[in-house]
Amino acid sequence: MSTVVSPELAERVREAGAFDAEACMNCGVCTATCPLGLDVLPRRVFRYVMLGLEDRVRDESETVYSCLLCRLCEESCPAGVHIAENVRTLRRHLNRSLYGLEV
Amino acid sequence: MALPTGDVLGILADNLRLRGSVLPLPSSDATRWAEDLGLDRGGATVLYTGQMYQLMPYIERLVAAERRLGDSPLARFSGLGRRLNRVVNVSAFLGRPSRREREEATRVPRAVAALLRDAGVRFGILYEDDLYSGALAYDLGLDAVVATQARRVQERLRGNGVRLAITIDPHTTHMLRTVYPQVLPDWDVEVKSYLEVLAERERASVPVHGEVVLHDSCMLARAEGVVEEPRRLLAGAGFAVCEPEQSGRLTWCCGGPAEALYPEQALEQARRRVEQLRAAGGVCVTACPICLVNLEKAADGTVTFRDLSEVLLEARELELQPIG
Repeated sequence: MSTVVSPELAERVREAGAFDAEACMNCGVCTATCPLGLDVLPRRVFRYVMLGLEDRVRDESETVYSCLLCRLCEESCPAGVHIAENVRTLRRHLNRSLYGLEV
Repeated sequence: MALPTGDVLGILADNLRLRGSVLPLPSSDATRWAEDLGLDRGGATVLYTGQMYQLMPYIERLVAAERRLGDSPLARFSGLGRRLNRVVNVSAFLGRPSRREREEATRVPRAVAALLRDAGVRFGILYEDDLYSGALAYDLGLDAVVATQARRVQERLRGNGVRLAITIDPHTTHMLRTVYPQVLPDWDVEVKSYLEVLAERERASVPVHGEVVLHDSCMLARAEGVVEEPRRLLAGAGFAVCEPEQSGRLTWCCGGPAEALYPEQALEQARRRVEQLRAAGGVCVTACPICLVNLEKAADGTVTFRDLSEVLLEARELELQPIG
């Protein structure tokens, strides 16, 4: 599947708030502990942001809003990534860019 | 099928901005719990509800309507509903919960007030100045309207001379204690959960009442670090606490936070958590209105759920005075 790369995507997401996904080592502990078994969030969607794959982020918007923000993933994250706050930042980004809401 | 996310977000944000709550409820329903209690208005220490327990019957109406609408052709008109909501409060068309449901929603704030009085805590309340915190909007990333609401809450607290706000539910506790200081640089109100206030005070133990299973709220246990207090209070009230498979800081979510946008996913997660709680045996207690409602719904009568405050109240042989 072809896709458009937006190198500045991570910067635009950071305009919406704190986003420390670059600390993620992609170990998968978050996915393993997620109560909803979200296999895309957080690490894959975070990677999409870092790689500038905005279409992929938009395609996964329902997953971004499905997250319970329960923070169980943060309890086990070896890199100490602020996963829930990153998800909230992604929501702010989507609220603005996808739904035209004031954030 | 869920309603379009953008329209639901827009309605919730507009409600908070225009009407002071994601789901506006009549002022009389927000303050009814305090009728006949003779509590002072304001003062240095107040019991702050954030309207969360009072909101629950209204939230359940909303979720039921979302589930109905999501499967109907009317879902296509959700954008129109959003525009209309800027002029008329469309959630009012969901209907008012029954008198019994509204009475139920007063029980926990009344129970907490009785427990605090029994423990010798002197406090006032804010009546109609006790505003919703904006918790759901914050979770959904609607930060601009949350900042507006935080300033409204701050003005009401300052206007009533409040230095310490004692909160009831985990979400209002988190908003006032952790989020507001980030949003408002001059936020200077101390915030404690009623569980922390009660646990600070030495109480005489009472005879053993039996066993209860404790479901920790994610927000209270992980975000606010309130883990030992409910256990200490239950033990002091004569209960042996049974821990489910995941508890304390590793507690498992009730699914409730997904309810506003994806009610089916919320219910599925609640059912999974109910199985863990059922396996631990006995009556299940929790200190969060969202957990309570979501887990009760998923259990469908197969597990008994109680709010922690009511269990403590009964163990202390304190009576919950009927309203009116």
